[in-house]
Amino acid sequence: MMSRLLQSRGLAQIIALLVILAVDRAVSPQFFDLRMQDGRLFGSLIDVLNRGAPVALLALGMVLVIATRGIDLSVGAVMAISGAIAASLADTHGLPLALAAALGAGLLCGLWNGFLVAVLGIQPIVATLILMVAGRGVAQLITEGRIVTFTAPDLVWLGNGAVLGVPAPVVVVLGMLIVTGAVVRGSALGLLIEATGGNARASELAGIGTRGMILAVYVWCGLCAALAGVIAAADIMGADANNAGLWLELDAILAVVIGGTSLFGGRFSLVLAMVGALIIQAMNTGILLSGYPPEFNLVVKAAVVLVVLLLQSPRFANVGVVLGRARQ
Amino acid sequence: MTSKALLAATALVAITLSLPATAAELTVGFSQIGSESGWRAAETSVSKSEAAKRKVTLKIADAQQKQENQIKAIRSFIAQGVDAIFLAPVVSSGWDAVLKEAKEAKIPVVLLDRDIDPSGKELYLTAVTSDSVHEGAVAGEWLAKTVGGKACNVVELQGTVGASVATNRKKGFDSVVAKNANLKVVRSQTGDFTRAKGKEVMESFIKAEGGGKTICAVYAHNDDMMVGAIQAMKEAGLKPGKDILTVSIDAVPDIFKAIAAGEANATVELTPNMAGPALDAIMAYKAKGTVPPKWIQTESKLYTAADDPQKIYDSKKGLGY
Repeated sequence: MMSRLLQSRGLAQIIALLVILAVDRAVSPQFFDLRMQDGRLFGSLIDVLNRGAPVALLALGMVLVIATRGIDLSVGAVMAISGAIAASLADTHGLPLALAAALGAGLLCGLWNGFLVAVLGIQPIVATLILMVAGRGVAQLITEGRIVTFTAPDLVWLGNGAVLGVPAPVVVVLGMLIVTGAVVRGSALGLLIEATGGNARASELAGIGTRGMILAVYVWCGLCAALAGVIAAADIMGADANNAGLWLELDAILAVVIGGTSLFGGRFSLVLAMVGALIIQAMNTGILLSGYPPEFNLVVKAAVVLVVLLLQSPRFANVGVVLGRARQ
Repeated sequence: MTSKALLAATALVAITLSLPATAAELTVGFSQIGSESGWRAAETSVSKSEAAKRKVTLKIADAQQKQENQIKAIRSFIAQGVDAIFLAPVVSSGWDAVLKEAKEAKIPVVLLDRDIDPSGKELYLTAVTSDSVHEGAVAGEWLAKTVGGKACNVVELQGTVGASVATNRKKGFDSVVAKNANLKVVRSQTGDFTRAKGKEVMESFIKAEGGGKTICAVYAHNDDMMVGAIQAMKEAGLKPGKDILTVSIDAVPDIFKAIAAGEANATVELTPNMAGPALDAIMAYKAKGTVPPKWIQTESKLYTAADDPQKIYDSKKGLGY
């Protein structure tokens, strides 16, 4: 019974998120308090959504890449590039151009990754490692190693603004989730992506353009990463090429995996990847609120991730059932 | 030809004028780590201007964060027969062999900004570095003086866990807190020396401390985290610099902008001018044989709104921070 319950899709993730939120409430009694501040909702729960936005965006692109049995290590570096471009252009050229250039750079990065994987057949982990390393250098070249600051209010709004009290980054994530969901689940595209990941050769023989599929998911992933980079830059009103998006590719992969998507491809869930991103951020915010010394941060994080992944493991659930029977 | 002659003449005049300090024109080779941070870029540009001020020819080799490049650069400086070598070591060990070569060639070596392992102490003339424990203490003393005897809850934004600068800046600040019963560090978390993390951590501090009402001051191990924290305070409807006092370390240009706007109170400078004192030591050593102390500590100067922050911002922003 317990085993079946845990295996029903998404339940383990939802339970994990609720448990973490409950723990957050226990370490910080004000956790669910909400109030308006300058036309924007204000509270720890909003922090979780707002701070989780970049990783959620990365996870949205990453989940499709992983569904094709790929992986994209370059998303953190792409964030740094797009943030640097947006910050350099915002004050002089206006938001439309800055945004177009930043997102265009993301598309190009995605195209490059997709080309290496789909056309040249390089293993995804190696192919995207190239841009992961080189991309940060490109971003540093754009900013000349400095933190490029800007004051253009429309770009700042993307980080600090709000729609009906909801922070702009959260609105952007919701928008992207709806668009992505409509495209991949509103058509057969999602199924074709899963087929490509499940068995590329069989899919090819069945008439699916697997190359095109793979190229498309890397391009989309690059676009999502670029958007995350713009939001991260808007948030601090500056582009920090050395640190923007640093190691976030790992958080994005973790969010996807916590969301129950297998690294072997073949199936995916957009919503659960978002839940995965929320789990990571709820945990991060909780650690910050708890007041523990920072030396514990990573240890706590590792322990929580282990428990969440164990909850999803069918074998672990079976062990639970066996133990339950033994007790009876 | 004429311009060259003119240049030579000016140089000659300059040398004659400053004859007591420089008997002959010096050439110094500087093995710089790279340009990994704005501070490092500023150090390089200040080194150039300090050398030019003293009519010293400075040859800078950028090592791009690699020790082997630094060793190569030092060997090439030795081959060129420079008068002295400045070294900003990227790591603390592995210098013995190349520094011995410099010693055999009778070229004095001065370490800038960072020290090396104690085993190599006799291999260099002197080290010009800042004392990061002292920097933390200067920040703490400013706060103790500013709040007077009033009780003050401080939140601390630490640097990267395990980084020696973070450990030392915390140690220095804590030593002042220990002496003042009215000061209390209520929360301390790492902001990884970055603006984004500084902002995120400050957001959670504000929520955990009753919307920031019980926070009297923020202490950040670097200015970048403070710039992020200032944004977090503003977004929470607080007035940084007034409701909550701020003190941080480094003195990068952007914090002077905040001080000028009344949103930050104080910063302790980690001076990018390490080459100035080093050049003075070398010139005295070459001219009169004065052996400098093994460690030349740079000044950890405190800046507040009383120091014309706008002017300092204007003078610093071109340095490459």
